[in-house]
Amino acid sequence: MGIHQKSKSLVSRHSELSDTFYQLRVLNGQERTDADFPKFVDRIKAAGFHDGRLSPTRIDIFQLNVGKLCNQTCAHCHVDAGPDRKAENMTRETFELCLDVLARYDIPTVDITGGAPEMNPHFRWFVEECYKLGKHVIVRCNLTIIVAHKKYRDLPEFFAANGVEVVSSLPHYAALRTDSQRGDGVFDDSMEALKMLNAIGYGVTGTGLTLNLVYNPTGSFLPGNQASLESDFKSQLMRKQGVTFNNLFAITNMPISRFLDYLLETGQYENYMQSLIEAFNPGAVSSVMCRNTISVSYEGYLYDCDFNQMLDLKVAGPLTHIRDFDLQLLQNRDIVLNQHCYGCTAGAGSSCGGQVA
Amino acid sequence: MSKKHYFDPEDLKKFGNITDWQKSMGDKYFAWYSEVMKEGALTEREKSLIALAVAHAVQCPYCIDAYTATSFEKGADEAQMMEAVHVAAVIRAGSSLVFSTQMMNHAKDLTM
Repeated sequence: MGIHQKSKSLVSRHSELSDTFYQLRVLNGQERTDADFPKFVDRIKAAGFHDGRLSPTRIDIFQLNVGKLCNQTCAHCHVDAGPDRKAENMTRETFELCLDVLARYDIPTVDITGGAPEMNPHFRWFVEECYKLGKHVIVRCNLTIIVAHKKYRDLPEFFAANGVEVVSSLPHYAALRTDSQRGDGVFDDSMEALKMLNAIGYGVTGTGLTLNLVYNPTGSFLPGNQASLESDFKSQLMRKQGVTFNNLFAITNMPISRFLDYLLETGQYENYMQSLIEAFNPGAVSSVMCRNTISVSYEGYLYDCDFNQMLDLKVAGPLTHIRDFDLQLLQNRDIVLNQHCYGCTAGAGSSCGGQVA
Repeated sequence: MSKKHYFDPEDLKKFGNITDWQKSMGDKYFAWYSEVMKEGALTEREKSLIALAVAHAVQCPYCIDAYTATSFEKGADEAQMMEAVHVAAVIRAGSSLVFSTQMMNHAKDLTM
């Protein structure tokens, strides 16, 4: 089928927003807008979180962003990934440092994302090594990569052989909604990939092969109720496509990177931030994913989450690289907060595993 | 008159102010509203689509803006929203057309 790209990376467009420092200035009302939104830190302080500080519970999830290379250029991508991002890919040496850490510590889950992580040349070897270590491996697969080239068509079998939980973005069961965000042709290719996954048991009750889908709004609005969306997705995908899956994770779009660009270009930035702030839910704060996740960049730097990684807000403290990984120190760190954090605390909250409250 | 035009989109944000001059009735209305729009025998998405259809039938621009956004939030897509508007439109049209039976009855009475 093939995909007609929806967008170009900010980097290839030489956009000011490709500079993470510039993005932070926008979020703090110093560029492009003078909107003076209440500081996230003050908001959680008022909600009773000691001195506006947030600390980890324990690190259960080791999330790697293995690179920015992707076969898609989705209009909302917080990674600014795309086919042009060939230079940013995790090296074998950095993967080995990650494996050393995973072997050393009891961190049960390895969550691999990108870009399209399958395009990294060391991807399969790394998944197999994690599986040998007894880790639960999650791969954030964009679905279309499975049908993008014949060398990827056996990915479903590879995932199954390594007990991989597949988590895949599908913003809507309607082609127009999905393609408007992810590129023309993405919906049809995604359906083909989902059918291949279903055919070997992924998303089918009783097989133990987990296939979860990720819903995110395809515009400047917040996600609705996750359970209700899941029920609609299940009935509509079965009715129209004969496709099945396990759970739907509803994720809020963070106002960073290409989604921030979309908000600014369409004049919706202030309204979107206001809606996140009005929907601030103190009940979601204690369950945000940065409390049980550590995020590793393709260069091996450590972050509190994938969003902080994309804003280059490294973990607080002196040791910020995987080669210096110290679980004790990391578990006692303060999480780095900024205005985009409103995205994870709006409504029922948001994380890589969906709503949290 | 404070404005030279009707229907300012900014006024939608002031909807909550209807409690200002009649608090108990306004509060009861919002409590009822919130109860009605909760997930029940119908899903929130279905209720949003009904609201969007009614908004077109009563031709309320505020409601159309509000329930276009809410329908997307609750997971509807353009096709569902347009079908909902067609339901409203076809019932409105039918409510005129059905009166033609009276016209036909009367026409028959008047003619040979």
